[in-house]
Amino acid sequence: MSGFIELDRVRLRYQEGDELALEQTSLEVAEGEFVAVVGPSGCGKSSLMKLVTGLLPPSEGNITVAGQDVSGPISIVGMAFQASTLLPWRTTLQNVMLPLEIVQPHRSQLRRHRAAYEEKARALLAEVGLSGFEDKYPWELSGGMQQRANLCRALIHEPKLLMLDEPFGALDAFTREELWDTLQALWMQHGFTVILVTHDLREAVYLADTVYVMSKRPGRILERRHNPLPRPRTQETSFTSQFVDLVHELRDKIKDVRAADG
Amino acid sequence: MAEESITRDAPAPPARRDDRPLVKRMATHRRTQKAAPYLSTIGLFVLWEGIVRLFDVPTYILPTPSESFVAVWEYRDAIWMHAAQTLYTTLAGFAIAVVFGVLLGALVGSSRAIYDAVNPLLIGFNSIPKVAVVPILVMWFGIGSVPAILTAFLISFFPIVVNVATGLATLEPELRDVLRSLGATRRDILVKVGFPRALPYFFASLKVAITLAFVGSVLAETVASNLGVGYLMMSASSKFNMPLVFAGLMVIAAMGIAMYEVCNRIERRSTKWAHRGDQ
Ligand SMILES: Nc1ncnc2c1ncn2[C@@H]1O[C@H](COP(=O)(O)OP(=O)(O)OP(=O)(O)O)[C@@H](O)[C@H]1O
Ligand SMILES: [Mg+2]
Repeated sequence: MSGFIELDRVRLRYQEGDELALEQTSLEVAEGEFVAVVGPSGCGKSSLMKLVTGLLPPSEGNITVAGQDVSGPISIVGMAFQASTLLPWRTTLQNVMLPLEIVQPHRSQLRRHRAAYEEKARALLAEVGLSGFEDKYPWELSGGMQQRANLCRALIHEPKLLMLDEPFGALDAFTREELWDTLQALWMQHGFTVILVTHDLREAVYLADTVYVMSKRPGRILERRHNPLPRPRTQETSFTSQFVDLVHELRDKIKDVRAADG
Repeated sequence: MAEESITRDAPAPPARRDDRPLVKRMATHRRTQKAAPYLSTIGLFVLWEGIVRLFDVPTYILPTPSESFVAVWEYRDAIWMHAAQTLYTTLAGFAIAVVFGVLLGALVGSSRAIYDAVNPLLIGFNSIPKVAVVPILVMWFGIGSVPAILTAFLISFFPIVVNVATGLATLEPELRDVLRSLGATRRDILVKVGFPRALPYFFASLKVAITLAFVGSVLAETVASNLGVGYLMMSASSKFNMPLVFAGLMVIAAMGIAMYEVCNRIERRSTKWAHRGDQ
């Protein structure tokens, strides 16, 4: 195997005596690939994210990212969650620049090259349609705008890997679909690898190259589905029969998983 | 625990039907709101005065407010001196409480282990009535300013510790994950998120702590001092000079309100983001 991300028969148990949260999970993601993970609630999707980012050690098995064993937090990653977790005492621009104050080598260069970094943050905000809002506070932004800023914060330090845990879950349908396009554009522009956890099968099919379906707890990967739809995908794509069929197949699969005993 | 000490603004009174333009109505509303505390204070005094006169309560049991105000004026030199002493011991004790409270709160809030170790001690200590501590302080430091300062400190540091610790400890797990995945150290997280987050909690606790500090200093003065408003009241009551006792009470209350307002102003100014929307 020689993927960008490799999980080799990984198991995870939170506490001694607990049921496994993840069972025999193997997975391989190529560099630049857009992966979506779907599965019933509580099957271990968020746990999988924590394993890959090194926030949690696996109980058994191996995880490598970019050829390195993961044994602690890896700084080539950017993360975003459903709750935008922007800091209310910082402006949007200051929020986006937070990772630069933490991740090396930016951290030690920030003071000297402040203007250049700020320029970069502004450019990124402009890319997601937030020019003019740099000096607003997060609580002055709408939910969709907060999530856009959140994406910028996850990407400002140019991570090779973007981890998204239901980032659009709290948004209304229109805003969500707008953000799909925003995310797709960012991904096509910058070429990072994405793992996206979602409950929304249309979202998975709209965005991902590969969709993984997980079983109920203890989570396992049940199916790996390649998605050949051409890029960039648009609203039109989502009305094609290819798109609709794929969503239906995945839906049936999930239904089976949820119905299955054990 | 923190909730109790975070004071929120009282909800606005329900709007009556009013056909004037909105801007005008809001201006009037704001003026009434500004005047409300003064009106209620005056109302209290009027009620008090009326009841005492109506039932002919003797002065040595409950003087009227007007008698007390007269006493304030009559004894203004003595009151001025004693009030200055009380303000000094209170602020000194409060200052120590702020420094100590922030340090201990930061320690307790940033480490689970320290929290577990220190929490029972803190709660136990806070349960001790501080009256019981004053005699010990007198044994150690003698009569004077020191027991008053220390009592003010001991009684007022607790809410600061609890609030600072709570502000530091209640970090959203998602945010912690985001920061940790970036390779943030504990110190980074504390500096970038913990302290700014704890700031409104800290300022809210100051308002509680300053009023408690007055309680502490006056308490110690009544037992172990020959200076301060507490002492003044004790000596006045032993001479059955009740108007002067009540004059002392009013002076303490006034100082308490003034200091509370100072803390309130500081709070509002330094943590605007925590009061978003309720200007
Ligand atoms: N810190 C923890 N300690 C113990 N058990 C945990 C912990 N976090 C998660 N679990 C358990 O592990 C299982 C997987 O949790 P996880 O959060 O990964 O699920 P999920 O697929 O993300 O669910 P959802 O779709 O609802 O977000 C759950 O059954 C949960 O109860
Ligand atoms: Mg989850």
